[in-house]
Amino acid sequence: MSTRLENKFAELKQAGRKALIIYITAGMPDAAGTIEAIRRAEEAGADIIELGLPFSDPMADGPVIQTASVVALKHGMTLPKVLEIVREIRKTSQIPLVAMGYINQVYHYGFEKFVEDAMAAGLDGLIAPDVPHEEAGEMRKISAAYGFHLMEFITPGTTGERMEDTCAEASGFIYCVSNYGVTGVKEIDYSIIGKVCAEARRHTQVPLAIGFGIGTPEAAAAAAAHADGVIVGSAVVKRLLDGQKDEAMALIGNMRKALDKAFQ
Amino acid sequence: MNTKGRFGKFGGQYVPEIVMPALNELEEAYLKYKEDPEFQEEFRSYLREYAGRPTNLYYAERLTMHYGRARIFLKREDLLHTGAHKINNALGQALLAKRMGKKRVVAETGAGQHGVATATVAALFGMECHVFMGAVDVERQKLNVFRMKLLGAKVIPVSSGTGTLKDATSEAIRYWATNIEDTHYIIGSAVGPHPYPTMVRDFQKVIGEEIRQQSLEKLGGLPNYVVACIGGGSNAIGTFYDFREEKSVKLFGVEAGGRSDAAGDNAKTLSGTGEPGILHGAFSYLLQNEDGQVVEAYSISAGLDYPGVGPEHSFYKDAGVAEYVSVTDQEALDAFQRLSRIEGIIPAMESSHALAYLEELMPRTKPEETVVVTLSGRGDKDVQMVAKALGEEA
Repeated sequence: MSTRLENKFAELKQAGRKALIIYITAGMPDAAGTIEAIRRAEEAGADIIELGLPFSDPMADGPVIQTASVVALKHGMTLPKVLEIVREIRKTSQIPLVAMGYINQVYHYGFEKFVEDAMAAGLDGLIAPDVPHEEAGEMRKISAAYGFHLMEFITPGTTGERMEDTCAEASGFIYCVSNYGVTGVKEIDYSIIGKVCAEARRHTQVPLAIGFGIGTPEAAAAAAAHADGVIVGSAVVKRLLDGQKDEAMALIGNMRKALDKAFQ
Repeated sequence: MNTKGRFGKFGGQYVPEIVMPALNELEEAYLKYKEDPEFQEEFRSYLREYAGRPTNLYYAERLTMHYGRARIFLKREDLLHTGAHKINNALGQALLAKRMGKKRVVAETGAGQHGVATATVAALFGMECHVFMGAVDVERQKLNVFRMKLLGAKVIPVSSGTGTLKDATSEAIRYWATNIEDTHYIIGSAVGPHPYPTMVRDFQKVIGEEIRQQSLEKLGGLPNYVVACIGGGSNAIGTFYDFREEKSVKLFGVEAGGRSDAAGDNAKTLSGTGEPGILHGAFSYLLQNEDGQVVEAYSISAGLDYPGVGPEHSFYKDAGVAEYVSVTDQEALDAFQRLSRIEGIIPAMESSHALAYLEELMPRTKPEETVVVTLSGRGDKDVQMVAKALGEEA
C-alpha cells in the first residue's frame, strides 16, 4: 500500500509539478499557532510539511531555527505534544507530515515506540539530521516494518559507494543538502547539488528534494530545476518568529506560483 | 549498527551527512599516519622538545604523610607547555591536519585551556586558528581569551543556547560543516564522532604509558590505584588506557559533583543520573531530562562542566573497567588548597577533583600500596576564581 507521501509525489509527478515542502518548528510559539500555521501553509500551496522537533542542541541548524527551537522549548514543547499536533491536523487534512528532529529525543522516547505512536497519530516519516546512512540501519529496518519513511540524505560530498548505498535504501524522499553548511537563507549555486541529484537519479526513482538556503521564489524555482521538490525552512520560520504570519504565508504562496510557472 | 568506532555499544558517528566525507577522510588519514614511523617520530619529537615530555611521576611525600597510608605519586601533566595535558592532543591533531593539507584549524573551548593549546600549535605550525567559546565563558576567562589572541587566534563568542561549552562545540561543528574542505576541527576531548574518541585517546595515551614505565622503574611494579578527573575524559582515558586490562590496578574517574545532586547542578554524567543518549556525534552517557533534551552541566571547574562524556568511558563504566565517582565543588576547593600548602603545587580546579577523591580513597589503602593521581593541569588560571569562591581578594 502506498503512503500519503508516496501518493503526493506520484500525484505531483503526474501533474508535472514540483513539491513545495515547508518546515515549521513545532511549538513556536505554541501548539495552536503551529496548527494554524500548518493549515495556512497548506492553503498557500505547501504540498508537504516538515514538523521540526525542537532540540536543545541543533547542530545542523543556523541561527533562525536555533532561535525557534529555544522559543518552542521554553514554551514546553515535547515529542508527545508534537504527536498531539499531528493528531489535530489529521482531523481536517491529509497533507503528508514528516517530523524533522535530532535523534536523541526520539531515541530517548524509544525508536520503535516512536514509529508506532507516530504512525497512529498520522505522521508519515522522520528526517533525523544527525543520523547519516551508516548509523540508520536498525532504524531503517523498524521504519520499513511499519511502512514509516526514514529519510536519507545526500550532499555535494556524497559520492561513490556511499551514494549507491544511500540511494539503494532510500524511502519517502531523499533530502538533498544544497551546500556545505547549516540551515539558513543564503545565495547558492544550485547546479552543484544538481549534479549530485543527477547522479542519484541514476541509482533511484525515490523523489529528490533540495533544501538548505532557499529563501525566495526565484531560488525555489532555481533549485527545483534539479529535483522533484524543494524544502524551505528558515525563510518561513524567520517570519513566523517575527510575528509576520501573513508575510510567511505570502512567501509560501509566491513560491508555489514561481514553481508552477517555471514547471507547467 | 555501524560498528565503526564503537566501544561496546557506545560511540558511532551521529553527524549530519555533510560532515561524513570529512570524517571518512580524517579516519583514513589517521589510520595511515598512526602506522607511519615518520609521523610518530615527529609527534614524539614535538612532545619531547616542545611540550616537555616525559612528565615526572613525582612522589608526593608530604601528601603521603598527611594521609599516612599508601604512597601517593603525582603524574605531572601540569608541567607541560601551556600548563595542561591538552597540548598532547593539540600537537597530534595539528600535525595530522598539516599532513592533510588543511590551512585552518578550529576548536571549541570551555575554560580556554584547549583553546590556548590549539592556538599554540596553530602558531607553531603557521595555521589559521578559530576558537569558539561560549559568551559566558569569554566573560569568565578573560585571561585565556587574551592568551589566545596573543597567539594569533580568532576567538568567537557563542551566545546561542546557553552560551557555554556545549554550545561552543555545536558552533565549532557548524563552522566545520561550512568550511570542511580547508579546515580541520581539533576537538578538545575524547568525545565526538568516530574517529575523534579513538584518535584523542591515542594522542593522550602517552600519559598512562609513562606512568607504567615510571612505576616499574620507581616502584618496581604497577600502582594499585590510578585516579584522574573526568569531564569529556581525555586526561582520564589517556591515563587509564594502558591499564585497562590490568586487574590489579583500580582505576577511578572523578566527575564534578558541583553544588548539589539536582539536575543542572553537577556534571555527574557517569556517576549520577546520566543515561545513554546522543550528543555531538556519539552515543554515550548523557545528562538529559525526561524529554531527551540535554541538561546543562555545572561545575566550579569550567573544564568539567560538559553534559556528555567520551564513549570509551561509558564502555569502561558498563564493563567495570573503571569506577566513576564524584566530589563536590567544596571538596575540590579544599583539595586545591591542600596540595598548594602541603606540596607547593597549585593544581588546576579540574585536577583538584581527582585530588579530592583521595579523602575517600586513602583510608581504604595500605602503606605498602601506591596511588597515582594524574595532575592534568596547573592552577594558575583558577587562582582568581578560587579567591572569589573563598571570599578573598586576588
